[in-house]
Order: sequence, then structure tokens, then C-alpha cells
Amino acid sequence: MRILLVLLDKEFRQIIRNAFIPRLVLIFPLIIMLIMPWVATMDVRHINVAVVDQDHSAASQRLVQKIQASDYFTLIQLSEHYDESLARLEAGDVDVIVEIPDRFEKSLLGGSPERIRITANGVNAMKGGLGAQYIVQTILGTFAELQSDRGGDLSSDLFVVENRYNPTLEYRHYMIPALMIMLLILLCGFLPALNLVGEKETGTIEQINATPVGRFIFTLAKLIPYWLIGFLVLSIAMLLAWLVYGLAPVGSLGAIYLAATLFVLSMSGLGITIANGSSTMQQVMFVMFFFIMIFVLMSGLITPIASMPDWAQFITCFLPPRYFIAIMQAVYLKGTTIAELCPNYLALTAFAFVLNLLAALTYRKQI
Amino acid sequence: MDDRVISVKDLCKDFGTFRAVDRITFDVHRGEIFGFLGANGAGKTTAMRMLCGLSYPTAGSGTVAGFDVMTQGEAIKRHIGYMSQRFSLYEDLTVWENIRLYAGIYGMTRRQILRRTAELLDRLHFRDEIHTRVGRLPLGWKQKLAFSVATIHCPEVVFLDEPTGGVDPVTRRQIWELIYEAAAGGTTIFVTTHYMDEAEYCSRVSIMVDGQIRALGSPGELKTKFAVQTMDEVFRMLAREAKRGE
Repeated sequence: MRILLVLLDKEFRQIIRNAFIPRLVLIFPLIIMLIMPWVATMDVRHINVAVVDQDHSAASQRLVQKIQASDYFTLIQLSEHYDESLARLEAGDVDVIVEIPDRFEKSLLGGSPERIRITANGVNAMKGGLGAQYIVQTILGTFAELQSDRGGDLSSDLFVVENRYNPTLEYRHYMIPALMIMLLILLCGFLPALNLVGEKETGTIEQINATPVGRFIFTLAKLIPYWLIGFLVLSIAMLLAWLVYGLAPVGSLGAIYLAATLFVLSMSGLGITIANGSSTMQQVMFVMFFFIMIFVLMSGLITPIASMPDWAQFITCFLPPRYFIAIMQAVYLKGTTIAELCPNYLALTAFAFVLNLLAALTYRKQI
Repeated sequence: MDDRVISVKDLCKDFGTFRAVDRITFDVHRGEIFGFLGANGAGKTTAMRMLCGLSYPTAGSGTVAGFDVMTQGEAIKRHIGYMSQRFSLYEDLTVWENIRLYAGIYGMTRRQILRRTAELLDRLHFRDEIHTRVGRLPLGWKQKLAFSVATIHCPEVVFLDEPTGGVDPVTRRQIWELIYEAAAGGTTIFVTTHYMDEAEYCSRVSIMVDGQIRALGSPGELKTKFAVQTMDEVFRMLAREAKRGE
């Protein structure tokens, strides 16, 4: 126990003297929480629209006004010839073309409307696809208004869509809990691994290995400071989410911190295992990056796991962040309780146990 | 009572198909300064690492401070000091912090640490540098500090891997004075070096060539045996036979 204190004293002094880590601890959460939610957004806005109006009717005017007024669209071109607009689309200036045929309004009133043609640029599949959908909604909305102006049915009341838990469907709210997870992976997985392999590079670990310090105590002394840093940063990030985005967890803080504890344990176990198998910083960096790529792309951080192919969903079962992300999003947005998320907590506990066991077994004082 | 602190028989270490240490056998007695000589790549460091519990022997047997090198590596570590070839104290910690760290690791009490530190610093004339970060010290000072840290807990035996490598002649002499003092205090010294004048200071020396011990005895005995005037000549005669490159 006394040895642990002596080693902890050494680790804390080294961290504080390090020019890099104390700054990182402040700058990291600030940048990730203040910048990322604005840039890493899947809300598609500012879709460039060209309208080919061959009708010149009240209806087509109304639609153009609607498009101009919307935050989602930027009207780039208003022309009479489809070919002109298509050229702009091919040049990449325009994402979606709406072509309103001649005599459209008349045909609409006559009860057998002509077809409106929508052409979307599929190069940016997301923007083109969503753009076309938004346009369809806008057109339907416009017609509903026109009809109600004429005393017809309010067909816009046909559907009511309500998004539970994230009422405005803000991608940001989905993203913020996930970003906090990135912070924990980097601070509690990456940093201790780099620190440990740094001792190998400078040769200081050789002197420690020649003393009776147990490998368990030594590893523990390496990890405890980063665990504390992890919790500090998580707390800063949660505070920022509340102050800047007004996003506070609906569920209990206890549920979040319990999950964070288990997750941080698994990530640091993984980091130490990787460091034990590496002899240089480069090696650790590459292997950690590999894992981080997989974590980011496969854990439901960006894309939902449910829309992945079955074999990929199977792989995600072996990724600890998957469970933590599920917990964070459920607790943050829905206020789900620990009891309801029990399988996720159990999975994280198992990962924490196995990865730390692996970390302890792979550290060799004698080779 | 047996006065052998280190006793090794047919110790081998293989790295794949390469035999780095080839059946070495020797004893080191209590209070001795045992010089472990050999050209670069002869296997000195590998042999020393096995004795310190840093590396498992492939074959053979041996005891250090009464513990088996095969199975009791951690027990050995409690009774030895080790100074590696590469400077391995923490450069971002101060002199005092390094001393306190290692003294704490060896389980010394606060009072013991304070008394021993004062003693060491006085002897090294380090008083004013106690709060200097180790990275800022010149190499010679670092080596003296590393030696002091390796012997802070008064171990039965201390292993020194080229303690005077790259150090100026004055500091080299000071380090040997420290070594003598420690030996006089009952600590057994196991030291490797490339300086043959230092070999002359040792009670006994062994000379390793290509992983094997080719000569073992006091400097006087070896010089008589090879009919030469200096240890330097003894070393040259043996090293000439080496087949391993530098």
C-alpha cells in the first residue's frame, strides 16, 4: 500500500511537470464539446436548389417563395429550361432541381395534375437523398396551403410526426453523449498506454523491473491518475453540454458515472495490454488508432448499429464503447435507469474484468 | 556458513538459435568486488540480467543472495541493487524525488530515508542539488546518483553494468571510491567494465568471450597465467579469439 502511494506521488509529479498533459486535459473537452457538435452534424441544411418554372402560376410562385424562405434550401437558380439547371447540377453548384411543368396549376385544379420532376445529385448521397425528401415535403406543404386557401381540406393535418426524447430531432443531442465517450477513450486508453511505453523507451522501466515492485501495483499506479483525469474531463464535458447546449441528462448522474467507471476501466486495460505488447510509441499509436477507428465507426457513435449488416452487428458485440454509448444516449435523452440497462452494465463489467486481467498477465518483469 | 553470494552453474541463455550466454559457471563471495569483463556482445549484460531476475535462464542453475534465479526472481530483487548500462532514473524528477521513490519502493521508513539521503548527499557533495531535476545534471553526476540509488537500501549485492561508461577520469575515480566504500561496508559488487585499469581494482575478474567464461581469477593470477604485465594484455589475448563481431 505504501509502495502504491510512493508510485502515485511519482506519477502525479510527472504528469504535472509534463508540458503537454495538463493543457490537454483542459483543451480537449473544450474543443470537442464546443466545436464538434456544430461540425459533426447530420442535419442537412443549405441545399442548393434550382427551380425550372415553366408554369408561371400562383402555385409555382408560392412554391418558389417557400423554398426561398426555408433555412434548409438556398435558391440558386430560377430558369425556364431544364437543360440549364442540369448543367449547373453537373457542375456541382446545384444539389436538387425542381421542374414544374407548363399548365401545372390548371391540371392540378382539373384534378389530374401533371408530374413535378425532382432531380437530385447523388454524388453526396446524404445531401441529395435528404434534399429530395425535404423538397417533396415542402411541395406537399405548399399544396396543402393552397388547397386550404381555396377552402379545401387541410391535408397537411394528414400526418403528425412526433419525435420522442429528442423532440426537435437535433442530431447534436444524439452526438454529445457520444463525443464524451471519445474523450474517455483518448484520455483513459491512449494516454496511459503512451506513458507506459514511454518508460520503456527511456529505459526507466528497467530500473523499476529490477526492484521488488509488483507488476499489479505498478500498473495500478499508472492508471489511477488517468482515471481521475477521465472523470474530471467527463464532468467538465457534461457541464459544458448543459451550459452551451442546454443538454442535461434526463436520467441519474449515478448511472452515468457508474457506466463511465466501468468503461474507463476497460479502456485503460486495453491501453495497457497494447503497451505491454509494444516497444515504441509508434507501435502503440498505430494499434490504438486502429482500435479507435473501429470504435468510432462501429459502436453506434455515428451510424446506428441496427442498420449495419448482421455480421457487422455481431462484431459490435465485442466492442466496449457500443454498450457505453447505448447507456449514455439512453440515460441522457430518455432517463433510462440502471436496472433497465442491466445487460449493458454487465457487458461493460465483463470487459473491464477481462481486459484488466489481460493487462496484468501481459506485463512481464522477467523475460 | 556459506559465504557465496552468487553461485552459478552452467547458466545458458538462448535467443532463438543464438546462444548469448553459454554454460557459465562461477561463484562470487561476500564483500568481493567481482569484475565481469568481456568485449561488446560477449554476453555480459545478458548474464547480468539473468542474475538480477530480469531475464529467465534457458538452462543451468544458480542462486543470488540465496534465492534461485530460475524461480525466485522477485525474492532476489528484494536483496540486490541494479544499475543498468543506460541511465534509468527519472529525468523529470529531482534528485530527492528519485531517492525517495526508490527508497520507498524498498520499504524504507521515512526516518531511514532521511538519514540515508543526508549521508549520501554529503558524500557526493550533492547538498545544493537536492532539488535539481536529474535531467539537468551532467552525466558524471547522474552516474554517481544512479550508483547511490542502487545501493540506497544497503543490498547484499549490487550489479553495476558499465557504471563508468562515458564518464571523465576524475568522476571515474570518484565512482570507484564509492564502490570501494560500499564493498568495505559489506556489499558485494558485481561490475562490468571496458576499462582495464578498473579491472586491476577488482578482487577477482572473469573474462567472457563469445558467451563463455575464458578466464577467472584475481588480476595477479591472470597476469601470471598469461605471462604478461597488465590486464590489458590479458584481455587482448583472449578477445583476439572472439568470433562474434562487435
